Amino acid sequence: MSVKKLSVPELVGRALEGDRRAIGRMLTLIERGGEPADEITDLTHPATKGAHVVGITGAPGAGKSTLTGQLIRHLPTLGLKPAVLAVDPSSPLTGGAILGDRVRMDDVAGDGGFIRSVATRGYAGGLALSVPGSVRAFDACGFGPVLIETVGVGQVEVDVAGAADTTVVVVNPGWGDAVQANKAGLLEVADVFVINKADRDGANDTRRDLELMLDLSHVSGLEDGTGYRPPILMTTATDGLGVEAMWEAVTAHQAHLEATSALERRRAARFRYEVASRLTTRMERSIARSLDGLTPDGRSPATVAADLAADLLA
Amino acid sequence: MAIESTNTEQPTIRVVLAKLGLDGHDRGIKVVARILRDAGMEVVYLGLRQTTASIVAAAEEEDADAIGLSMHNAGHLALAPSMLAALHDADLDIPLIIGGIIPEADIPILEGSGVAAILGPGAPAEEVVTAVRGAVAART
Amino acid sequence: MDDKKHAWQEQYDATHLRDVPFETMSGVPVDPVFGDAPLPGQYPFTRGLHAAGYRSRLWTMRMFAGFGTAEDTNARFKEILRNGGMGLSTAFDMPTLMGYDSDSPWALGEVGRAGVAVDTLRDMEDLYADIDLGKVSTSMTINGPAAALLAMYIAVGEQGGVAKSDLAGTIQNDILKEYQAQKEYIYPPRPSMRIVTDMIRYTSAEMPKWHPVSISGYHIREAGSTAAQELAFTLANGFAYVEAALAEGQDVDQFGRRLSFFFNAHSDFFEEIGKFRAARRIWARWMKERYGATDERAMMCRFHTQTAGVSLTAQQPENNIARVAIQALSAALGGTQSLHTDSFDEALALPTEKAARIALRTQQVVAHETGVTNVADPLGGAPYVEWMTDEMELQAEAVFAHLDELGNGSILEGVYAGIDNGYFVGEIADAAYRFAREINNDQRIIVGLNEFTDGNDEDETNLLRIDHSVEELQRKRLEAVKQERNSAAVEASLAAIRNAAEDPTVNLMPPIIDAVKTYATEEEISNAMRNVFGTYVEQAIV
Ligand code: B12
Ligand SMILES: Nc1nc2c(ncn2[C@@H]2O[C@H](COP(=O)(O)OP(=O)(O)OP(=O)(O)O)[C@@H](O)[C@H]2O)c(=O)[nH]1
Ligand SMILES: [Mg+2]
Repeated sequence: MSVKKLSVPELVGRALEGDRRAIGRMLTLIERGGEPADEITDLTHPATKGAHVVGITGAPGAGKSTLTGQLIRHLPTLGLKPAVLAVDPSSPLTGGAILGDRVRMDDVAGDGGFIRSVATRGYAGGLALSVPGSVRAFDACGFGPVLIETVGVGQVEVDVAGAADTTVVVVNPGWGDAVQANKAGLLEVADVFVINKADRDGANDTRRDLELMLDLSHVSGLEDGTGYRPPILMTTATDGLGVEAMWEAVTAHQAHLEATSALERRRAARFRYEVASRLTTRMERSIARSLDGLTPDGRSPATVAADLAADLLA
Repeated sequence: MAIESTNTEQPTIRVVLAKLGLDGHDRGIKVVARILRDAGMEVVYLGLRQTTASIVAAAEEEDADAIGLSMHNAGHLALAPSMLAALHDADLDIPLIIGGIIPEADIPILEGSGVAAILGPGAPAEEVVTAVRGAVAART
Repeated sequence: MDDKKHAWQEQYDATHLRDVPFETMSGVPVDPVFGDAPLPGQYPFTRGLHAAGYRSRLWTMRMFAGFGTAEDTNARFKEILRNGGMGLSTAFDMPTLMGYDSDSPWALGEVGRAGVAVDTLRDMEDLYADIDLGKVSTSMTINGPAAALLAMYIAVGEQGGVAKSDLAGTIQNDILKEYQAQKEYIYPPRPSMRIVTDMIRYTSAEMPKWHPVSISGYHIREAGSTAAQELAFTLANGFAYVEAALAEGQDVDQFGRRLSFFFNAHSDFFEEIGKFRAARRIWARWMKERYGATDERAMMCRFHTQTAGVSLTAQQPENNIARVAIQALSAALGGTQSLHTDSFDEALALPTEKAARIALRTQQVVAHETGVTNVADPLGGAPYVEWMTDEMELQAEAVFAHLDELGNGSILEGVYAGIDNGYFVGEIADAAYRFAREINNDQRIIVGLNEFTDGNDEDETNLLRIDHSVEELQRKRLEAVKQERNSAAVEASLAAIRNAAEDPTVNLMPPIIDAVKTYATEEEISNAMRNVFGTYVEQAIV
């Protein structure tokens, strides 16, 4: 029977039992937002187990998908069941999107992993709701860790970095790549640096540049007094070299978060952020409703706003 | 400010596009990917050298509304039925659309075996979009 | 007479001319060349490679063919030679092109369908049976597994008493454009390049009549590029091979003479002619100035041309005969060394025998009836043609500059980088989509497709159908060979390939030749190298 015909509770029930089609469908409903998505949030929330969420970000072509592909091959050997959200931009003109990250992430079918391609759908606010929703859904269905791939920086990436416990920033060897990453604000969000394509010339120079910049900049861990300094790792994703070590660095960061109760703080901030996003969305909808058909009636705009606010918050 | 919730609009159609087997003619399918994107669809592109298993897995995980393959090297009479069988085995009721080089005489054979739509060389963008929308609508 | 003109005259006088009258249809004698120096046969060869143009030799009419089993294709080859074809050109099926045997799960539905199936030396023996390899020149369109196929060709030659030094022909073996356009790669770019340079070194030393690489723009164009991109990417790939061979200490004057090219002839008549002329000029200048060639033969861009399959329509297919004729004419006016003309049923299936014959006849008409072969570079000096040539060159130089920068002063590294960062596939996909959009918006008229469509509902013409039994038959043939051969010898030969693959100082050709002689299969040989080199996954640029 087609999963499209199931009610939301039936669908979530099947998803929680591990039915892959039901999980796929559930993610669609989460991405579309609205009431079904809220219902799914309520139904999946109790089943969450606190999966580790890892953001993987960096410039286009840095090798994020190849690295992610290697991870989803490696993690099952550690007894883990990874899920991936691969985020790509929607076309601002048509709303459509081409999502191509799976090309470099083959070989998971049947290994228990799960890959979902996500389009940004025009406004970052949408992702701010759907990404935590999808992460929660994966978590509830027994996946962990959840890996989120995003390109570059921007509102979308800030939202996504906000959704992650650990953010891995991928750069490549080459003059200026580290500088670019710095300019793009990636230094501040990085918990782990990966210099991918280490088979190329200049990997050591890039490492030196990064170390230098870390010495000079405000690193989150150092900032909050926990003394954490993001490690710099080298990988050749195409051959899988360095991928295990990279994962160890990610788990070390997780251990650090747990040891310093930073994890709790991060997750609490994330919780507040998601509640705020949801609240904003609700408010915006209500505001839109109350503005519908509103015409000047002689009162000042300030008075009208104050009166409407009183109604809305009543 | 984007205030309307997305689910009041027509749901976005999600299509999985792939080349099944060894055939490397990808000019057409890449053009089709952009045509569908520009018609507002989300295209999950799997690329070359896919197997029926990898396409089924992607269709499940991506909750695809349609699967589009192109076949240029005259393997369609073996490949299309094997794809349909794999979808059937996975209990996936998703329309399969095929483009590329399909001789006229083979069209009824493929349609008879369950291929939802078949497009050939020169198919205009409009026809490509209509075929996908139509195939999706017919299953919902 | 100035020096250049004088030098040209000497060259011309020393050339053996074809025994036909060089005059107009009305009997007016015409000069062999018009205009100013540099003349045909003179550096930088914009006007052609030979002083006498086609007066000494027509282009080689080389028709691409292959389908079914080796025996089926062998029959078609003989037909082509009977009909006046001057060389053979072999099309392989998909499993063969990708380094898989006919019994691989990957081969499902593809055996013998888009070309001929070759699994072992046994198939190659049947493919060229009763054809004197000492007399005919053969081209083989194969890339990823090219070394194994060349090895089989050498072995077949030996069996028929033809030494490898007497084998004449071309193996496409242009791996770089596979990552950019045709997508028949097996290993990642760098180890693949090593196989190519090993083959260049081997053939330079042992096979003086062999062209070890045919640097191909055809596929780049068919995948969607513009004419200028075809020109630029192809020549850049050429520079990359030269740099790779130079880095190995090979002699540019020696291997440079054996490099050849393969271009597309599309429908924009003057743009194509400008492209061909610019190709010769750019290649000559770069070989001389950047790579230090001193022998003029190493500066010459010799090329094969094929008409543009992608320009041909499934609608009113007979119209394609006219397209092919015009494209063939541009190739002749552009000075091609050999030519394949597409069949009118191109957009429907592999050609029927009749369609292939008409295609061959089409270029015979151009060669023998139009008089364009009387004068070398007959359009040279025309302001539009010279401008177009300059324009093509300018656009190509901009691409070279970009690649040079990407590669920090090395085109080879720039090409690797462009493969890696999706530059080539991205540019090609953009151009292909632009072209499709122009047709969709009716900004570009394709006769029979978006205009003049009366007649589109006629029944489809007769098509070549490959019998389903081919797959079964070929698997049985393979099974039989596997039963008969000495498996210990096979295993030993494969181990030798693996060892050679691990040691970059060893040439891979000799162990591969040994292996094919044990009837090791193409897939087994490819796997021996897959184990060492790994495999390649495409760039996800749509
Ligand atoms: C371009 C081309 C190539 C290029 C491919 C470049 C690339 N990266 O794509 C190159 C030169 C590399 C090439 C090589 C070969 N080719 Co070729 N090629 C063609 C050619 C000329 C055009 C195909 C094309 O791209 N058309 C333009 C695009 C835009 O159109 P399209 O693909 O048809 O797509 C449209 C529709 O079909 C439809 N559509 C397509 N897919 C989908 C999917 C969906 C979901 C939908 C809705 C619609 C849709 O919409 C598109 C837009 O209109 C055809 C013949 C022809 N004229 O059609 C031969 C052809 C397909 N090739 C052929 C062959 C044999 C080969 C080779 C095997 C030759 C060899 N032995 O070496 C190789 C194999 C290559 C490989 N790796 O697989 C044969 C196949 C024979 C057969 N089927 O019986 C053909 C038919 C030519 C012939 N008559 O011999 N080829
Ligand atoms: N040489 C080398 N190439 C690599 C390595 N990792 C990835 N690549 C190549 O880099 C290219 C881009 O890799 P992807 O994994 O698609 O990069 P990405 O960051 O996911 O790209 P987008 O999603 O498009 O932003 C591909 O051609 C890979 O093969 C590596 O370690 N070494
Ligand atoms: Mg990616």
